[in-house]
Amino acid sequence: MIIFIKVFKRREEKRRGFLWCIAKSRRSERMARSSSKDAQDLFRALWSAYAATPTNLKIIDLYVMFAVFTALIQVVYMALVGSFPFNSFLSGVLSCVGTAVLAVCLRIQVNKENKEFKDLAPERAFADFVLCNLVLHLVIMNFLG
Amino acid sequence: MPRPKTTSSSVAFEGNTTHLKSSLRSAFLPSHLPAANAFIGAGMARYLGRLLALLFAASICGAVTIPGPVSDAHRSAASELFDGSFSSLEEAYEALRVFEILAIGNKPDVSATACKKVVENLGSSSPVKDLFYALKVNGILKCKVNADVFKDIAVRLKATVTDASTLVDMYYSIGSLVLIKDQVSDVDVLLADADGTFHSIKALSQSDGRWRYSSDNPESSTYAAGLALEALAGVISLASSEIDLSRVKTVKNDILKLFDSIEKYDDGTFYFDEKFVGGSEHQGSLSTTSSVVRGVIAFASVISGKVNLPGNKVLGLAKFFLGIGIPGDAKDFFNQVESLALLENNRVSIPLVLSLPETVYSLSKRDQLKVRVNTVLGSAAPPLTVKLVQAFRSDAKDSVIIESKELQYDKSNGIHVLEVFPDNVDVGTYVFVFEIVLHDSAGEKVFATGGQIHVPIYVTGIIEVSNAEIAVLDSDLGSVETQKKLDLAGNVVVELSANHLQKLRFSFQLKTPHGHAFKPHQAFFKLKHETKHEHIFVVGNTGKKFEIILDFLGLVEKFYYLSGRYDIELTVGDAVMENSFLRPLGHVDLELPEAPEKAARLPPLPVDPYLRYGPKAEIAHIFRAPEKRPPQNLSLTFLSLTLLPFIGFLVGLLRLGVNLKNFPSSAAPATYAILFHLGIAAVLLLYVLFWLKLDLFTTLKTVGLLGVFLMFVGHRILSHLASASSKLKSA
Repeated sequence: MIIFIKVFKRREEKRRGFLWCIAKSRRSERMARSSSKDAQDLFRALWSAYAATPTNLKIIDLYVMFAVFTALIQVVYMALVGSFPFNSFLSGVLSCVGTAVLAVCLRIQVNKENKEFKDLAPERAFADFVLCNLVLHLVIMNFLG
Repeated sequence: MPRPKTTSSSVAFEGNTTHLKSSLRSAFLPSHLPAANAFIGAGMARYLGRLLALLFAASICGAVTIPGPVSDAHRSAASELFDGSFSSLEEAYEALRVFEILAIGNKPDVSATACKKVVENLGSSSPVKDLFYALKVNGILKCKVNADVFKDIAVRLKATVTDASTLVDMYYSIGSLVLIKDQVSDVDVLLADADGTFHSIKALSQSDGRWRYSSDNPESSTYAAGLALEALAGVISLASSEIDLSRVKTVKNDILKLFDSIEKYDDGTFYFDEKFVGGSEHQGSLSTTSSVVRGVIAFASVISGKVNLPGNKVLGLAKFFLGIGIPGDAKDFFNQVESLALLENNRVSIPLVLSLPETVYSLSKRDQLKVRVNTVLGSAAPPLTVKLVQAFRSDAKDSVIIESKELQYDKSNGIHVLEVFPDNVDVGTYVFVFEIVLHDSAGEKVFATGGQIHVPIYVTGIIEVSNAEIAVLDSDLGSVETQKKLDLAGNVVVELSANHLQKLRFSFQLKTPHGHAFKPHQAFFKLKHETKHEHIFVVGNTGKKFEIILDFLGLVEKFYYLSGRYDIELTVGDAVMENSFLRPLGHVDLELPEAPEKAARLPPLPVDPYLRYGPKAEIAHIFRAPEKRPPQNLSLTFLSLTLLPFIGFLVGLLRLGVNLKNFPSSAAPATYAILFHLGIAAVLLLYVLFWLKLDLFTTLKTVGLLGVFLMFVGHRILSHLASASSKLKSA
């Protein structure tokens, strides 16, 4: 449970509903020692909190999930059959991980709540994202073998 | 030493000692090679050294026999050497002349191409040398040449003869005139001022019989003497009036003087060589000798009297040419064969060559000793008798075994046979002295027989091996522990055992067919351990008996304290011993003490010299085994699995209600937007191509170009979007 929250923490910390969420989770933590209903409540609360996220950020989140799951499938494949073309495996996983990291960076910059990047236009952030992706994949392709 | 000598000695060795070598080979049993690597004591080495020197001397002896006349080997070599391709008429002439002399039937047909060249050379104003060889080729091939051409050439050549300042020019022009005279009858080639021409050539001669090439060249040459003599012979035959006899006489004297400077080998071979070295056109001794022979014989054939040259020198020249064997060079081959052809039939003296088909006489076979007498080219000699003046052992000159015997002439085979070989001749090497006696005493002046001819003869026979005995003795008492008789002719082997306190004694006797004691070149006793370490001992000779005593106590160190089974082998061999043998005698089990710590280490086994040239072990290449690959189905399953998150992504997008409403609607930004997306797609496609086939450089270049484009359109569209959103905000 705590882990799950921690995962979300990173995502949600810079958001408006974050403190609220923490408060709520703490409350539910206190209450739901053994009750699954409380857990359900927690998820519902989390979901509803997340539902308020702007759509463009949700798209990025979806994209990150897509990249992470693709990487996971490759890792499972490697665990099953061995790591023979190791460079291919590495480039596949790193491509996914790299994409995810870049997407997270994009999300950080695009997020309006982040005062740090207030002056940065989201278009500029997207241009950076595209450029970084192209460079990353050039390297990945070179390493793919 | 001039070049042809080196060829001559080596080839003579090849040609005339084949039978000797084969007998030596049978005597030198195969063990002698490994033996060289095995342990041999200092005294033994000295003995072996002497032995080798003796054998070497024996083989040299064999090399000085008189080489046989030209044989079929020469003919096949000529067919190979002159294969029908020639670059000049000189080469063509040499090939044609060799074929003519050796009477080779299946010669390559070069007449068409050669005749074409001849006509070309005769027609144009080519140099005299080319004319000379064109005429020579024409003399053999009889090409169709217009008679007028000869007339033109004759006029030109006569002019050249009077103008010529060098000997070579004169030689070629006079030679060409002589050739025209021989080939065409109705052309006037006679020299008007033959005396003057004769004088101008003679003026170049030196006091020692040699000639200069031209008046402004102080160096005299033997080769030039040959050319000059041939030219003088040409002048005499072209002279319209008789040449002054006194002039001819001085030239005869020149020839005799020239023959005073002849070089000589110990075996009676004579040859000419150039005295000075460093001239621009240095001739080898073969071409020099050949030139002189050509000149002298040409000169002798045109003068009325006789050139009195000593017969042994003419025979020595023949020996020189025959001793060369078969030259590998076409020019040398021609010089040799042409000179021999001239010696075959000349007016000076015709050498007769005595040769033996075999210089080995076997006492066991009792065959006949045959002698052949031929001219140098192998044709039959005039009626004559071969006399065996005497024969003696090669190591003792005064031990004459045969004296003055006449050989019977076998008419059907054309050979002289010594029918009854004297009984008192034992095995060994002998020198037989032959003499050729011509039936017609007048022939003495025509033929050169060479006086007494020394020929080394090997008399071989079966050596009787007897009283072979092997025994193990006690060292201190000398009492015999085991003693066994051996029959060395049979295959009986013995089994012995001994320890380091005992001795091994082995003895045998050798007797010649005449019952004398025989001392072979080789008598080796070999002990070979199981580990292949071998020790060779020379069996000593004590008067009548060969005996070796091995005291194992003194040999333990040499045997490296190796106990165990030693195989015994005996080698007895000699060039004149027909039953030379190498046979195992059995084995001895040796018990030697343990090696002390300080004992010498066992040396590594010598590498078998035969193995070194054998096939090498095959090289097996080790390749990296291919990695284990997963089953294809599994991989394909996972490939489709990786598509799942993507589908999830698309489904998620749909659920979020994503749309393209923000896509610019006006024309210019829409174009930029489309171009931007196309640009990204192009870069990704390029990456795929890079993965599949492109190299990094091409990719980077293209990426650079695409990147500039992408930056431009990207900047346009994104700034448009940014301005639109900021407008929206401000609004």
